[in-house]
Amino acid sequence: MSDDPRDESSSARPHGRQFWRSLAELEGSPGVEEGRGDEFPPQASEWPDGLDRRRFLQLAGASLALAGLQGCTRQPVESIVPYVRQPEEIVPGRPLFYATVMTLGGYGHGLLVESHEGRPTKIEGNPSHPASLGSTDAYAQAAILGLYDPDRSQLLTELRGVSIWKDFVAALQARLKAQEALDGEGIRILTETVTSPTLVDQIRAVLDRFPKARWHQWEPVTRDAVRLASRAAFGRILETRYDLRSADVIVALDADFVTAGPGAVRRARDFADRRRVRGDGSGMCRLYAIESAPTAAGTLADHRLAVRAGAVPIVAAALARELGVPGATGAALALEGSQARFVRAVAADLLARPGRCVVIPGEYAPAAVHVLAHAINHRLDASGATVVQTEPVEPEPIDQASSLRELVEALRAGRVDLLAIVGGNPVHTAPADLRFAEAMLRAPFRFHLATEEDETSDYCQWHVPEAHFLEAWSDARAFDGTASIAQPLIEPLYGGRSAHEVLAAFLEETPRPGLAIVQESWRSRLPAAGFEASWRRSLHDGVIEGTALPALTPAHRADSVREAVGSIRPPGEEAIELVLRPDPSVFDGRFANNGWLQELPRPLSKLTWDNVAYVSPAMARRLGVASGDVVEVQASGAAARLPVWVLPGHPDGSVTAHLGYGRRRIGRVGTGVGVDLYPLRDAVSPWLVEAAVTRTGERTDLASTQEHFLMEGRHPVRRGTLAELRANPGFVAEMEERPAREESFYPPHSYPGRAWGLAVDLSVCTGCNACVIACQAENNIPVVGKDQVRRGREMHWLRIDRYYEGPEEDPAVHNMPVMCMHCEQAPCEVVCPVGATNHSSEGLNDMVYNRCVGTRYCSNNCPYKVRRFNFLQYSDERTPVLKLGRNPDVTVRSRGVMEKCTYCVQRINGARIEAEKEGRPVRDGEVTTACQQACPTQAIVFGDINDRQSRVALWRSEPTHYGLLEELNTRPRTTYLAKLSNPSDDLERG
Amino acid sequence: MSQIFHRSTNTLSRVTIYAAVFLAAGLLFVAAALDRSPYNTRQDVVLKQPVPFSHRHHVAGLGLDCRYCHSSVETSAFAGMPSTTTCMNCHKQIWSDSPMLEPVRSSARTGTPIRWTRVHDLPDFVYFNHSIHVAKGIGCVSCHGRVDEMPLMRQAQPLQMEWCLGCHRHPEEQVRPRDAVFSQTWQAGDQASLGPILVREHRIRGARDLTSCSTCHR
Repeated sequence: MSDDPRDESSSARPHGRQFWRSLAELEGSPGVEEGRGDEFPPQASEWPDGLDRRRFLQLAGASLALAGLQGCTRQPVESIVPYVRQPEEIVPGRPLFYATVMTLGGYGHGLLVESHEGRPTKIEGNPSHPASLGSTDAYAQAAILGLYDPDRSQLLTELRGVSIWKDFVAALQARLKAQEALDGEGIRILTETVTSPTLVDQIRAVLDRFPKARWHQWEPVTRDAVRLASRAAFGRILETRYDLRSADVIVALDADFVTAGPGAVRRARDFADRRRVRGDGSGMCRLYAIESAPTAAGTLADHRLAVRAGAVPIVAAALARELGVPGATGAALALEGSQARFVRAVAADLLARPGRCVVIPGEYAPAAVHVLAHAINHRLDASGATVVQTEPVEPEPIDQASSLRELVEALRAGRVDLLAIVGGNPVHTAPADLRFAEAMLRAPFRFHLATEEDETSDYCQWHVPEAHFLEAWSDARAFDGTASIAQPLIEPLYGGRSAHEVLAAFLEETPRPGLAIVQESWRSRLPAAGFEASWRRSLHDGVIEGTALPALTPAHRADSVREAVGSIRPPGEEAIELVLRPDPSVFDGRFANNGWLQELPRPLSKLTWDNVAYVSPAMARRLGVASGDVVEVQASGAAARLPVWVLPGHPDGSVTAHLGYGRRRIGRVGTGVGVDLYPLRDAVSPWLVEAAVTRTGERTDLASTQEHFLMEGRHPVRRGTLAELRANPGFVAEMEERPAREESFYPPHSYPGRAWGLAVDLSVCTGCNACVIACQAENNIPVVGKDQVRRGREMHWLRIDRYYEGPEEDPAVHNMPVMCMHCEQAPCEVVCPVGATNHSSEGLNDMVYNRCVGTRYCSNNCPYKVRRFNFLQYSDERTPVLKLGRNPDVTVRSRGVMEKCTYCVQRINGARIEAEKEGRPVRDGEVTTACQQACPTQAIVFGDINDRQSRVALWRSEPTHYGLLEELNTRPRTTYLAKLSNPSDDLERG
Repeated sequence: MSQIFHRSTNTLSRVTIYAAVFLAAGLLFVAAALDRSPYNTRQDVVLKQPVPFSHRHHVAGLGLDCRYCHSSVETSAFAGMPSTTTCMNCHKQIWSDSPMLEPVRSSARTGTPIRWTRVHDLPDFVYFNHSIHVAKGIGCVSCHGRVDEMPLMRQAQPLQMEWCLGCHRHPEEQVRPRDAVFSQTWQAGDQASLGPILVREHRIRGARDLTSCSTCHR
């Protein structure tokens, strides 16, 4: 037994484990315990039903014979097809990187895209772009699969019949001609949120030509509350951004600020820079999270307060009152018990650090919360320091819900002759009470520009395939205003057009191509002298110099607080609230056809391929349901039947569910996955509605990976507080016995040269999943589908284990990325009968696919359960377009082969070859693994542990450093830094 | 009761069992021989090409450097195949109406690339990199043979893993001075003493590094 005091406290708890991954495990259900010993979840290696001995022998004999014969294939004769005229910059076999920009919700995120002979294969963040600093989120990582999606719309259609661009332009221009006399009264353009300066110029030019035409914007992940609050607090709409580099205390008011909203990746980086504990840990910031549904911010928080969404404004107002914000008074603001104590402690902490603290309101919180946050930040002198106001990034910030309502009214009144839907999918995403689909049929001429033929295309006469952002010229602005040019990496695969080209058809007889449009727009913005040079530099760097918006010092309107407090209605005690959120994988539904994202285990629930109703354990008991039971949720006059998922730490009396599912028309992957919750949405209160929940008695099968690949061990994740570290720097190491190095059956390896190692800092892992998709994209990892995930056959080389600690009502959550440990004494290597997994001279645990015969002994012997087996032919080798997107430096595995994390050996070899050619050692940081490169918080570091000065070696010398299951003496090369928190003394003593 | 089997059956069965061992060994031997034979490796087999390109003529006859056509051999994994325009640089002027070169001219005219048949074809799970071999002083001849003596291109070596490993275990047997890498005719005076010196000079890694699986497979 270890002498760690927490061990006793945990054994005093009824079920013994300090950390648990599911409620079943917490309760000690027998099935979970059995699964712990198996290599794969029990169902993974199940036989087909009804297999008798005779049949088994037949199959075994046949497969032996066939497998033997299969090995006898002769190499087919292949061709080499050189260029006719080789482009100057292309060296076959060497990738090129191009800077471009991806938008989500209109806001740009700078990217560098790897291209092999003209085929984009991998997306990375652009280190010079302020929103990225070299990192990306999971959406950007998965965009490469979106480009090659064979289900993207490939034909321009009129009334579902094939047409061509020229005919479309002619038809459109005939309509426009008729509108000319009417000053364009019947013209309506509907877009998503637009920050593209060029597109806005074009739309404004259309509005100049047709003065009575109107432009509407509708983004389903609406930021109306943010805009309205800004107008209330400052008199006009401004952009608010948070600079967390100088924030000692951060309060998240229902704000998942590290994963949601424009600039989230950057905020995560800035936050993490203040959370990585080195030395004595001075400079570590403190995070309080008040949240209505468990989020990434909550998993990182030092103190978390779970409240119902309806109570968030009240807590915000109580905090404002506690801080002495003028106007924040009222009897309704009295909090009770633990909530009051929490708010008092937060207020005291904030007041102690004026100008070095920040309150961040959630993207989906109502306007009152934003107004209060503005007032609090103003009161705390945070404005100009941790909170920066600038001119809006959107050139036309509007209240989008009213804008859409106006459009629907005009449609109903028959005033719309030409409805141009440029991007977006309003038929699916518009608030149900507007009945948009029905209204839009009143417009005689409707066209839809979209990358997929979707629900909206069904309601339009014309569908124009939209070019993917990697296929078209455009531009976009980031959260801080920085503009970037989006340059195409490839010609449109399916002849798509960009929004610019479609808008050009409104203005020009023969619409110009995208490049000419975007270039001309920047010619007018950049200095005329040296335009060519600055254009080229902007393309190369991925940012246009000097376009970030300067900070403003707007006057704060003090009476906004009184109005906001006045608007707060205490939620009914009995009413159940439905909290709607964009999905962490499919967002508003736009990524529904992306298999990588669909199969990505969602943060916290580890669910794939579904959306569910998240409820608290207590509420599940009240309803008499368990995870997988179907309930009917009624709200806004509509109902949806969806399965329940019991989520520990979820506030009581509230249901959280994600939008973006139940797509009726999108593609083979996404159609019909999950349940559409847009009908339950309300235009006035898009993120929170009152609901009734009833049990239906039905059950459905969900594919969650949370109990897959469970490991033994008492302290898989180690955590402590800053105070503990200061009192006893060795406390992490003391949690588990570390065996002597020489205690092993096997002779030790020596590593005279390099020794690769990887370390993960658990303190800053947000569980955002960017690394999982990055790994999938880099290493050609296939998608297996819901049924296979249910059998525990998902192929992700990198999984993020999520551990709960503490009571089910309010557990602490710890994220732990687990990939191959590349053990120095690897249990897998010694059991392979065919030598398919071997130890390299630099300590990599190599996997040789062409030798593997699929005995699975290796995974059976792996205590970390990081090996993945191709039970079936998962890689799609038939669809030609998917071949284009594969990484040519990594083998595509086939059925019957084991695979696992290689530390991105293709990147190691690439860097080593370059270094050897130059006759120098590989520099620290020259090799980055895909997961490391994508990580928004830089929680992963990779390098040579024999080099004392390398970052990974420095991390390994930290006192919080430990190895997963190191008591087994496998001597893992992947190691961890314990998760440290910085709780406040006031609340701790509480 | 008489014996069912004649006494000779004993001998027969012994011989049969004994012979089965040889038969099995023989079958394995045949399989191994077949595996290493040109039938499987395509060693020395001349494959049909769209244009009967002669390395002997271009290298020995005209003295073209390898890198004129295989231009990325020093920088990339792939040595590079000449684009049609590279061929046309000369063949605009010389042999400009030879019927043999019609595929080249037609490619230049129509923009359709020439489809050459791959002569040196490693399996797809092998990631060979030309540039590092060239940088470490492995001559073209070591793997491709004396192309200056080949009127039609053929594979000079078996290109099987045991052949690769031979050199990865003993690079000193093949390494040459860097300035002789592209020479077809260079001969070491005394490879046995020069080899180890060059291995040190070129900092060629040890056999344990070079024979790690992930050196070539990933």
